[in-house]
Parts: sequence; C-alpha cells; structure tokens
Amino acid sequence: MIQDFLVLCLESYSVAVLIQTHIHMSKNWPLWEIFVRSKNGLEHRHFGSLHAADAEMALENARDVYTRRSEGVSIWVVESKNITASNPEHNGELFEPAQDKVYRHPTFYDLPDDVKHM
Amino acid sequence: MKHTHLYNYILGIADNSLILAQRLGELCGHGPTLETDIAGTNISLDLIGQARNYYQYAAKIKGEGKTEDGIAFLRLERDYKNVLLVEQPNEHFGYVMGRQYLFDVFHLLFMNQLLNSTDETLAAIAKKGIKEVSYHKRFSGDWVKRLGDGTQESNQKMQEAIDELWVYTDELFDQTEADKAMISEGIGIDTSKFKEVYYTEVSALLKEATLEVPERKYFIKGGKKGTHSEHMGYILAEMQYMQRTYPNMEW
Repeated sequence: MIQDFLVLCLESYSVAVLIQTHIHMSKNWPLWEIFVRSKNGLEHRHFGSLHAADAEMALENARDVYTRRSEGVSIWVVESKNITASNPEHNGELFEPAQDKVYRHPTFYDLPDDVKHM
Repeated sequence: MKHTHLYNYILGIADNSLILAQRLGELCGHGPTLETDIAGTNISLDLIGQARNYYQYAAKIKGEGKTEDGIAFLRLERDYKNVLLVEQPNEHFGYVMGRQYLFDVFHLLFMNQLLNSTDETLAAIAKKGIKEVSYHKRFSGDWVKRLGDGTQESNQKMQEAIDELWVYTDELFDQTEADKAMISEGIGIDTSKFKEVYYTEVSALLKEATLEVPERKYFIKGGKKGTHSEHMGYILAEMQYMQRTYPNMEW
C-alpha cells in the first residue's frame, strides 16, 4: 500500500521538482549529458541531461534518473561544456545541400528480413 | 515455540527495512535536488520491497489469518523490533546519508551472511536484495565522503551527524532471545562475527572523508526489544493512519 503511494509520488511530482531544482542547482553544479545503451549490441543514445558535481555523481544520478525502469546496460556521461554544437545559423550551408541527393540513401537495395536495426 | 522465534526473528530484520523506508519516504519530493530525491525514494522502495518479502513469509509462518499489511501496519509500538538507528529523524541531508551509511554497511554484511541461512526463503530474499543494498551503500558512502571532505560547513554538519548517530550503532549487533535461538539452528546470523569488520570498514571511510571516528564507550539500545525512542510514535501515527482509518483498504 505504502509502496504504491511512493511510486505514485515518485512518478508524478518530477516536473515541479525539476523546474524548482534546476533554478536552484544550476548555479552550483555543472550540467552533464547522459548517454545510455539500452542493450548490448545497440549504440549509446542521448537520454537527457542532469546536474552533478563531478563525473562519478553524474553516473549515479543518471542511474537513478534514467535507468530505474531497466532502460539500460551501460551509461556514458559527458560534461555539457565539452560538447561542440553546430550553429543553427549555419543550417543552410551544412544541411540543405543534402536534401536533393536522394541517391545517397541506400533505398535502392532490398534488405534481407533478417537484418535488424537498419 | 520454534515458530515464535522464527517469526520474531523475521520481524527483527523486516522492521529495520520498513521503518528506514518510511523515514526515506517522508523525503519524497523534498530532496535537495531532483536526482538525490529520486535516489532516496528508490532506496526507500527497495527497502519496502524487501520488507514485503519478509512480511509475506512471516504471515505464512504465523497463520491465524495474518497478512503482510496486517503485520506491517497494525502492530503496537512495543511490537516493532527495529533498531533505534533507523527511526532517527531526517535532520538534514548529511544526517540522512550518515544514518543510511551506518545502516547500509551493516545491512550488506548481514545479507551476505543470510545467503548461507539454512532457511531457504530467507536465503532467497537475501540473494535478491544484495545488489540493491550494495548500491545503497555505494550511494550513501559516496555522500558521506563528499560532505565530509567538502566545505568547512558540510564537514562540520557531517561530523555532528556521525557523532550523534554513532551511539545507535552498537545495537545493530545486540542479540535478542529470538536471534540466539535462530543462530543455534543455523537459520539466524551471528552478527558478532562481523562486528569488528563493520567498525573497521566504517572507520576507514570516515577517515577517507576527513571525519573523526567517534570514541564512545556508551551506546543506546532498546529498539530491538520494543523500547523505542520518542520518534517512533510519530512514525507509526503517520504510517498506520490509512490502514487504521480505512481497515483493509486497497489501492
């Protein structure tokens, strides 16, 4: 009974606390980007970001925030400031030239049914 | 008579998990950060899950129409057998982590021994819980280190918490009549065998955290025999409210 109640609380209050904590903590702790491999054989994918004082804490926090429902078998954390992002203003020159090059898609082959994750 | 001892022995283990889980549950939505808040509530839910397994087993042994909810929620204060450590209030985050760590080290040593119990159900519950408890200890231990070896203020608060909580550690190794009876049958765990290991491990982490290991000769005990601190009544009032107000309610 009490377990159900706690689960309910845990699943429902997150948004409010998220906003509150981010205002509160962002002044102190750096932001980390979290990548989770959901099962062996698949790549790590970006799951979200969180605050932590260092890499070790980021790993533990990521474990608790992002893998509570068995979502992962491996976690990478990268401090957000170490990511170099492309500038949205350059989207035209970076990405638009690819739009009319349909021949770059491997859609002209028949994939065998047994090939997964393509 | 054998069943009475086994029943009481199981409650002695389960009540520690339940009351500590209740204490951590009070913090749901009140943690210092989103991440630590979720972590604390996760630990609480792990402990409740373990307590449920024990209570289900205890209810089966006892018969007489007992249920896990009945055992968990409808006893009187003197019938709870948890140690005083786990009922101590949530003074501040460092205090909560200190309390958690002092219990977790014991809990993991205990579970590792319970694996060898001749009682298959208890051994199975231990096997399932060990990974959870290993993580609890890692989490709480890391925080004791961080806060101890943090700022001057966090160090001072952590030191005060350890100094206050230290007085309750000896009771973890206290043996009741049920404990002794179960140890002699190979079901129970002789905690005296790892008492030294416990204090060595805790002391090593405290030193790493640049904290001082309290030198104390006097300890407080009583919870295992049902003599609880003044906090226990308030915990039970909140915990038992729903089940007493709406008997047999379900979600």
